[in-house]
Amino acid sequence: MYYVWVALFGVLGALCRYLTGVWIVSPGFPLATLIINIVGCFLLAIVMKYLAELPYISKTIITALGTGFVGSFTTFSTFSLESIQLIEKHWYGTAALYIGASLIGGLLSSRFGFYVSEQWLNRRRNRHAH
Amino acid sequence: MLINMLLVSVGAVFGVLARLLLSNWMKTKWPMQFPLATLCINVSGSFLLGLLFASGLNSHFQLLIGTGFMGSYTTFSTFKLENIELHLKQKYRLFWSYIGASYILGIGCAALGLWVGNTYF
Repeated sequence: MYYVWVALFGVLGALCRYLTGVWIVSPGFPLATLIINIVGCFLLAIVMKYLAELPYISKTIITALGTGFVGSFTTFSTFSLESIQLIEKHWYGTAALYIGASLIGGLLSSRFGFYVSEQWLNRRRNRHAH
Repeated sequence: MLINMLLVSVGAVFGVLARLLLSNWMKTKWPMQFPLATLCINVSGSFLLGLLFASGLNSHFQLLIGTGFMGSYTTFSTFKLENIELHLKQKYRLFWSYIGASYILGIGCAALGLWVGNTYF
């Protein structure tokens, strides 16, 4: 069942990615992938640092949500291909903007997810202490 | 639209399971602080997507193997999560080498894949 859940949530993540790409049309700049990857970084941190700490959520569900859904929603291969395509077109400024935004935006978004998870866990602990 | 979604879904099943199995296998076989498994997955996936794109297969194959399989096989969110964990553990050398290796090898291997695809297919 473990693999079935991961595969099922992986399919949902991939479909969300595909539909977001169809919905966000931005010629000249790969905005869809950038948004997907930055949003996914925040979501994965919430899954792994908050939901995984809750006692009533099973390990299978965490792997299905984290590795399955968010892991398949975000993508590195499309990012790499889009970056090299911008470089091949000699759009160096756009390429630098895309790579830089993914590099810094992804890190900040993930770090923000860690921070929010910690806040929520503290709030839970305080509530249980009283 | 529905046939496209079906193609993406079928590819995604294999992509996500390949990532899970390969990642677990590598972590058991070579346990280390450096997130080698995700790096290998992202770099190999970037190469294969470049190869696929340059091979000029029709849009159904692009959706099945590219958007479905490679898109789900590689991952961006785990890469950043592992980065933040290294940073919080103050493993700054691993942090920077992981970022550098991912971006340079990832984009470099996508370029190599494009070149191989354009030259040989």
